[in-house]
Amino acid sequence: MTTTKQPLTLTLGDQLRIFGRSGLEQAAWNYPRLQNLGFCYIMIPAIQRLYADRTAQAAAATRHLTSFNTMPYMQSLITGVTLSLEEQRANGHPVSDDEINAVKVGMMGSLAGVADPVWWGTWRPILSAFAASLALSGLGILGPIVFFVGWNVVRLGFRWWAQRWGYRRGVQIVEDLSRGILQKLTLGASIVGMFIMGALVPRWTRISLKPVLVTAHHATYDLQALLDQLLPGLLPLGLTLGCVWLLRRHVKPFWLLLGILGLSILGYWGGLFK
Amino acid sequence: MNVSILAVLIIAFLAGIGGVVDEWEVHQPIIACTLVGVALGHPLVGVTLGASLQLITLGWMNIGTVVGPDPALAAVVTAWWVAGPAHLPVALGVILALPLAWVGQWITRGMRQLIIPVVNQADQAAAVGNLRRINHLQLLCAGLQGLRTLLPAALLMLLPAAWLQTGYQTLPDVLRGGFRVAAGMLVVVSFALVINTMATRQLWPFFFLGFALATDQHLSLIALGIIGVGLAVLYLGWHGNSGAGPTTGAATPTSATDDDLDRELDDL
Repeated sequence: MTTTKQPLTLTLGDQLRIFGRSGLEQAAWNYPRLQNLGFCYIMIPAIQRLYADRTAQAAAATRHLTSFNTMPYMQSLITGVTLSLEEQRANGHPVSDDEINAVKVGMMGSLAGVADPVWWGTWRPILSAFAASLALSGLGILGPIVFFVGWNVVRLGFRWWAQRWGYRRGVQIVEDLSRGILQKLTLGASIVGMFIMGALVPRWTRISLKPVLVTAHHATYDLQALLDQLLPGLLPLGLTLGCVWLLRRHVKPFWLLLGILGLSILGYWGGLFK
Repeated sequence: MNVSILAVLIIAFLAGIGGVVDEWEVHQPIIACTLVGVALGHPLVGVTLGASLQLITLGWMNIGTVVGPDPALAAVVTAWWVAGPAHLPVALGVILALPLAWVGQWITRGMRQLIIPVVNQADQAAAVGNLRRINHLQLLCAGLQGLRTLLPAALLMLLPAAWLQTGYQTLPDVLRGGFRVAAGMLVVVSFALVINTMATRQLWPFFFLGFALATDQHLSLIALGIIGVGLAVLYLGWHGNSGAGPTTGAATPTSATDDDLDRELDDL
């Protein structure tokens, strides 16, 4: 290397290959080191581009096999930042193994904390409930199609944008994130999520009471109709709040499911539900 | 029939991968049941089961190191039972999904242990710079995740349809009726799970606003979504201006709930 060295950069093809690989990030999920193999697998096109000799490649692969775990789609942002660090290192900047690992570890926890409620707590429940309601209201196969397309367009778009943003901004991302944009986004998503959950409770829970009350003057009242006059969805609301209360007291979801099942059978047997 | 069985097994394999990588979401019942229904020539039965089951599973999630109940095995096998030769009713399929999800959860946990030797081989491959071998090991793991659902599904599909039919016929009326009631009521657990991941004192009013507005049947789900987004934008604007600054104001409530959430999920 006596001539002036051309700086090593990742091509668009490398970035696309890395993006493609990110779809298998969690496949090797294992207990002590979590998504470590997945992260290393994603980095391999970059390792091949940036390090020519085998010992450097071995060192890079080993460094990305340390334990790692984040919300899978946020991994794209962390990958982007890591790519920029690896690129600097390959071009002779003093970036140590520890620094690269510290950036990964520093980002993974906080990003997962803001991303889990958005993706799993808001977007998936809302989109899938919307798709299910389309399917059950007679539009049939359109429901699954809406869910599949809606989910994956947003997911792939986010992953690509996050990887590009992370790669271009590098470690400066940490500053951008500290301004609290993501926290604000999470708060906003949680508001929409809570609102929609509130809306789904009366719309999608099916409970109807059977008993009919007969007064002394032989007027009959349907108990369910009476409750609906008061407030439709009152029973589903009570059940939902009861389940939240039990979850907060560390009752496992499976016990809640079994409890509801038992309650349904008992209620049907006792003539309370129809 | 043989082609459809092969198709169902392929769907089971893809759902097995999907349930762990959580990317394309083909393991979600609304997709997986529909695909099985299409493969068996009863797409509408598949969609109906998938949509009903989706409402019950929408709160099941893998967060952090915690494995949630597994919709993949439950969706594929119940769809086979409901849209396949046994022709069980949708409500029974929904109930049968619960034990299957529990079994699937245990298999998923077991797989995360079972895969450790493969990951250790990747260390050896990395030490000598054998990148191609790391690629192969990762793909091998993906294949194992597919088998995680494919093998138990294939085993359960061996159950003769006649047995399932007789089993259903001999169910007492009380249980049949009770299952039908439960199929409509179980959704509250999912709602509670989702609410539990987000709820803080400042967010509860939005839940009740949504509830109250939804009891008016004239508002469609899309209209409600627009109202929800509008409220969020208004709240964030108001919150940002009145607080000490966007960072302190917005960050504290979410980080506090994350801690609670992590603690709770650790106990699951």
